[in-house]
Amino acid sequence: MGKENTLLSIKNLRTHFYSRGHTIYALDGVSFEIEKGMTFGLVGETGCGKSVTALSILRLIPYPPGKIVQGEIHFKGRNLLRLSEEEIRSIRGKEISMIFQEPMTSLNPVFRIGDQMMEVIMLHQKVGKPVAYERAVEMLERVHMPDARKIMRQFPHQLSGGMRQRAMIAMELSCRPYLLIADEPTTALDVTIQAQILRLLKEMKKEFDTSILLITHDLGVIAEMCDRVGVMYAGSIVEEASVEDIFKDPKHPYTRGLWGAIPRMEEEKETLSVIPGMVPDLSQPPTGCKFHPRCTFRFEPCDRFVPPPAEVSEGHFVACFLYQGKDGNG
Amino acid sequence: MLLPVLFGVSLVSFSLLHLVPGDPATLMAGEDANPEFIEAIRKEYGLDQPLYLQYFRFLSHVIRGDFGISIRNREPVIKLLKERFLFTVQLSFISILIAGFIGLIAGIISSTKQYSLFDHLSMVGALFGISMPIFWFGLLLMLVFSVYLRWFPAGGKGTILHLILPAIALGASGSAVIARMTRASMLEVIRQDYIRTARANGLREFIVIYKHALKNAMIPVVTVFGLEFGYMLGGAVLTETVFSLPGVGRLMVDGIFQRDYPIVQGSMLLVATTFVLVNLLTDIAYAFFDPKIRYE
Repeated sequence: MGKENTLLSIKNLRTHFYSRGHTIYALDGVSFEIEKGMTFGLVGETGCGKSVTALSILRLIPYPPGKIVQGEIHFKGRNLLRLSEEEIRSIRGKEISMIFQEPMTSLNPVFRIGDQMMEVIMLHQKVGKPVAYERAVEMLERVHMPDARKIMRQFPHQLSGGMRQRAMIAMELSCRPYLLIADEPTTALDVTIQAQILRLLKEMKKEFDTSILLITHDLGVIAEMCDRVGVMYAGSIVEEASVEDIFKDPKHPYTRGLWGAIPRMEEEKETLSVIPGMVPDLSQPPTGCKFHPRCTFRFEPCDRFVPPPAEVSEGHFVACFLYQGKDGNG
Repeated sequence: MLLPVLFGVSLVSFSLLHLVPGDPATLMAGEDANPEFIEAIRKEYGLDQPLYLQYFRFLSHVIRGDFGISIRNREPVIKLLKERFLFTVQLSFISILIAGFIGLIAGIISSTKQYSLFDHLSMVGALFGISMPIFWFGLLLMLVFSVYLRWFPAGGKGTILHLILPAIALGASGSAVIARMTRASMLEVIRQDYIRTARANGLREFIVIYKHALKNAMIPVVTVFGLEFGYMLGGAVLTETVFSLPGVGRLMVDGIFQRDYPIVQGSMLLVATTFVLVNLLTDIAYAFFDPKIRYE
């Protein structure tokens, strides 16, 4: 904690949504750190709070209905949750930028690609139009867009999904952010295009020395891209480890379940293995460990106490009573 | 699209004279005119010729800007139309400006502050705007602003001041429709991913709403603008009557009451043509707001 090269450190982040008298505990105490130059992967099922985490970092949770109720987000020594609206705005798109899942809908359909890119460049780099134009063209060339000057004049609907995601990446990296948050950047794309975009992200990370927070439910993407991985379940991180550890030696029953659900070519199985039960309703989360109703290893403390994360080996944290004192006190 | 519609319009307004029951010449001359006069009328208007020839005659006159002579005051219809239409254009223009301004602002603020007091008030206001009969609202405006406050003249034409109250009365329903449409459209747009992108890029909320969201939201609103403007140009009979204004609408209605068929024909043609042209302009405006249309 608080190491020299920590870029982003999230502590005990709680984001809740309020709807019709219900409170939805979307994030229930999320903590993790991202070091400079690292790619951190957040993995989990739909609705486990991955995207809410990403939006919380940039304080883009729509209020109402959502609100960050507790926690700290330290980025380069500043607590983002304490900044004024003006200050956080100057960080968005400049020091931390974000690409989204749907390249089809994430670019504004009524403005040209070039105008959208130049707007961001002019805003954050305080340069005039001609300079912004040249920088935008250069960025498009760097993400390997053929005929960048023509792309500048085009509207989003004239580009394919992969091209749009490239344009999006070019736009978001144009101000050389310290951190790029990529929320399911390849989920909506064809498999071949996915591979290209991932390769591009890797290349860009090296070139711009950017850290990446990669959000995905695709374990293949995690294995391909990440240095460290956090596994999220129902609003909290249940296991965090280096990518090697988490693939070789998954500890948490949920992580094991996820890994078990990957079909393997060498095994001939009739049915895929699944995790029994459903993702819990986050307006009425289970008591204790939120995974206990679906867990095949559950025992006596699981429904009464929330397991704190325990370090099972260096840098490998698991929030599960199987790996700590069984009295529930950690 | 434009030409077939105009052709249809000309056909309908031409048939008008022949569709009303009775002999057109007798109708024009009056029931108790003597037979020679009726015959003279028949000759003068070419009513003794076959129908299709009459139509071509009518059409060729219209194309040259000749709409015939008013039966009642013996003036060329085109001259009357010109005066009245210029006035109607002025009135409609001010009216759509007021309606657009109020409607857009109210709609945008309502959508960004959904369920706020402002939102509720402006939507109730819009309901009033749509439901109020125009003659009643016009009289009310007149009562308050002309009779009690004496800010504006109560009727007639002259300065721009004469146009303000009628323009408000005429634009009330338009601004209500525009406000509701803008609100609905904006509410949909501000939930879109690209608005989140704009915010994530650090753009100011003002830019996000008034540039990125509004340009998208305008696409359906433009249709309403076009329809409202076309409807205003079509002559606002009630408004013109309440404020005793010389517009196309009243010309047409007076023409109907006085059985002045050339006037009715001419104003019908003019109104229909204007409506079609405004719709054409609306389509062009679409292309400005929606690049997808531009390239198809």
